[in-house]
Amino acid sequence: MRFTLNGHVEEVDAPPAARLLDVLRVNCGLTGTKEGCGEGECGACTVLLDGAPVCSCLVPASQAEDAAVVTIEGLGDEHPLQHLFMNEVGAQCGICTPGMIMAALALGPNPTLDDVKTALAGNLCRCTGYGAIYRAVLKWKAGDMSPPSAASV
Amino acid sequence: MPAVGSNVARKDGIGKATGRALYADDLTFPGMLHGRTVRSTIPCGRVRDIKLEFDQAGFTIADHRDIPGRNVVALIEDDQPLLVEREVRHAAEPILLLAHENAEVLRAARVEITYDEQEPLFDPELSTGLLKQIAIDKGDVDAALSGADLVVEGTYRTGHQEHVYIETNGVIAVPESGGIVVYGSLQCPFYALKALKGMLGPNVSVRVVQTETGGGFGGKEEYPSMIAGHAALLALKSGRPVKIIYDRVEDMVATTKRHPSIVRHRTGVARDGKLVAMDIDVLLDGGAYVTLSPVVLSRGCIHAAGPYRCENTRIHGRAVLTNTPPNGAFRGFGAPQTEFAAEVHMDRIAEALGMDPVELRAINALAPGDTTATGQRLREDASARLVLDEAVRRTDFRHKREAYRGTNKGIGLSLFYHGAGFTGSGEQHLRPRARLDLTPTGVRIAVGSTEIGQGTRTMHAQIVADALCIPYESVEVAPPDTSVVADSGPTVASRTCMVVGKILEECAHEMRARLAGSTPAAHYAEHGPFSVERGYEPPDWIQWDDATYRGDAYATFAWGCDVAELELDPDTYEVRPIKLTAVQEFGRPIHPALALGQIEGGTAQGLGYALLERVVMKNGAMANAQLTNYVIPTTLDTPEMDVVMVENRYAGGPFGAKGLGELPMDGPGPAVANALRHLGLDVREIPATPELLAECASR
Repeated sequence: MRFTLNGHVEEVDAPPAARLLDVLRVNCGLTGTKEGCGEGECGACTVLLDGAPVCSCLVPASQAEDAAVVTIEGLGDEHPLQHLFMNEVGAQCGICTPGMIMAALALGPNPTLDDVKTALAGNLCRCTGYGAIYRAVLKWKAGDMSPPSAASV
Repeated sequence: MPAVGSNVARKDGIGKATGRALYADDLTFPGMLHGRTVRSTIPCGRVRDIKLEFDQAGFTIADHRDIPGRNVVALIEDDQPLLVEREVRHAAEPILLLAHENAEVLRAARVEITYDEQEPLFDPELSTGLLKQIAIDKGDVDAALSGADLVVEGTYRTGHQEHVYIETNGVIAVPESGGIVVYGSLQCPFYALKALKGMLGPNVSVRVVQTETGGGFGGKEEYPSMIAGHAALLALKSGRPVKIIYDRVEDMVATTKRHPSIVRHRTGVARDGKLVAMDIDVLLDGGAYVTLSPVVLSRGCIHAAGPYRCENTRIHGRAVLTNTPPNGAFRGFGAPQTEFAAEVHMDRIAEALGMDPVELRAINALAPGDTTATGQRLREDASARLVLDEAVRRTDFRHKREAYRGTNKGIGLSLFYHGAGFTGSGEQHLRPRARLDLTPTGVRIAVGSTEIGQGTRTMHAQIVADALCIPYESVEVAPPDTSVVADSGPTVASRTCMVVGKILEECAHEMRARLAGSTPAAHYAEHGPFSVERGYEPPDWIQWDDATYRGDAYATFAWGCDVAELELDPDTYEVRPIKLTAVQEFGRPIHPALALGQIEGGTAQGLGYALLERVVMKNGAMANAQLTNYVIPTTLDTPEMDVVMVENRYAGGPFGAKGLGELPMDGPGPAVANALRHLGLDVREIPATPELLAECASR
């Protein structure tokens, strides 16, 4: 199959029914995309397929033919959302983080808290209770890179 | 600027945010095979025959006869086999191991096992298989009960809970000269090491290395010893690296869960609300093997009276065997179960007295100078009233309690506490150690305490940096490799900050004295490396008697008060949490943003436990072993949280810190149940699913 992966054309030898998740992790060696449930419930394997967030465990390779796929590796190291996830402690164990970030990238401008919740409703996090993730995403959308404000009383 | 108390960048933050952090399934080794576990499909019986119905070319196959050491997963008792020999005691018990280089071929291999089935036992109340009994006795309960103005009785139940760490269990065993190294997703590398040494015998050297771990919550405390043993056995037999990664279904069906509980209360009260006698019976379903049930029961019993003063208290507990997979460690470790019962019971007592539930708690809340059920006299760091008063004030609880009457909204609270560190003499027996190494650029922390998301690396580095008066950035943390780091004990029991952090603080003080004013780098350049290693010295006043369960159960407790506000759909009995206020005192936060994350995350997990997370058991196996029908809170199920961190420093902890990890798990269950009670539903069980609430409403 042939597709664009993080801006580069990629050709891999994979059966049409192979899961895009396995193509990315095994054939392409990009292990930043994680498997959490294998049935599209947890969102840990979220990538962008032609700009839309999808669970790569549910996408057959044939569906990605000629498409543009972006994974967490495609963001490099300097995307502000990555740094906000670190600073706000939106990443605890980190296994949901790549999928969570990819899902958040699809948000439109000026989202409300409810917009963020809806956009991330398909991504499970068991560590954070989501609060720190909202703080990271809302700050990113507001262009605010200030340090976290959590403080004790 | 001091590192402690500030929100420094997580040591592991950027690796996780970029996807570069390597988890077990991200690692591959040359010549690596994939491993698979063939499991029992019955809950009780004996294996009659095993037929391999596949072409065995290219397969490595191992059963109990291949174990070079003892067929035991060593923990408290040596009763659990690594692989079934004949006797099957629960569904999904491992019987046979297969490995192949092609995962598809491996999956397709068919194994037919026939059994002589026996009658299984699933009801803990009918079990005669007693695996641990605990008795805590204080004062004269019977006399006090008969003299009480009012006696309130009740039975409370909690169900299984599945951890749902988003990374499933996984390990890779790799042969190396003379032995095996196991890389794995785990909380306690030295537990796995001990178990592996027993299984592999004296002629195989072993080391264990923790890989980046995608959540634990107790679920990767003891179970990884099992999966590590399986992979090691296959690696030994094949001479090749073997990776075993469970898929979600296998992880949910086969691994441990929170112990279901049945707790009975009989409480005598005076008309003025004073508790005069508490008679409590705790029953935990241990599942098919002992594993950690004795200590889960212990913590459960010690917390069973709740954070209240009562001169006459009897707590009798039992953990029993049934034919389900063994239940095990889960954040809170018995306390969420017994504190659920205690706190729902308190609201029922208030109802019976016609008293405000806040007032009842305020009258009886433990204060400095009071004694707990085990006779522990509390010190100045006891904060029950502090958190209760703040939560009530902040939520305008009494006003809302009135204002919500007659609406579909309810509000309820819970007051709770959680002992930090191992119980009683546990830390003395464990003898944890920690080490600091001088490096060319600073210092390196070398402990077996693991980062599982909670922030171990970061928080330890903050403590060391400030105790050494060096920048946080010059402190590095060694990956836990049992051949390199000191055995600081398991990453459990809210002890990693308070206990291991304290040893590290003392190591840093000793190192600072030896540096005699020079920086680590300058000292290293002139004199070369040195290390400081120390053990833990518990406070000298701790007295504990394991035989009588009397004395100082914990060096300190953390305290919390949760207020749940929710809305009930009167037709479907669906519950929508509106807001959860969590006021918690845990000494002081080393890293406020990390601490906030522990409280928000633990509270969400507690809300799932309260409302959503129902494990359906059919014939001794989890029937809803998928994230499709075992539902944990999503963004849309998780309400707004208002978290308040109240400081009351503990002199025995690093920079005044206590343990925090488990505390937030104890409160949401009873706070939610009490909010539902406010709506007129007599809820005495969780999870409070719509089905359960419909039943409550029809009673």
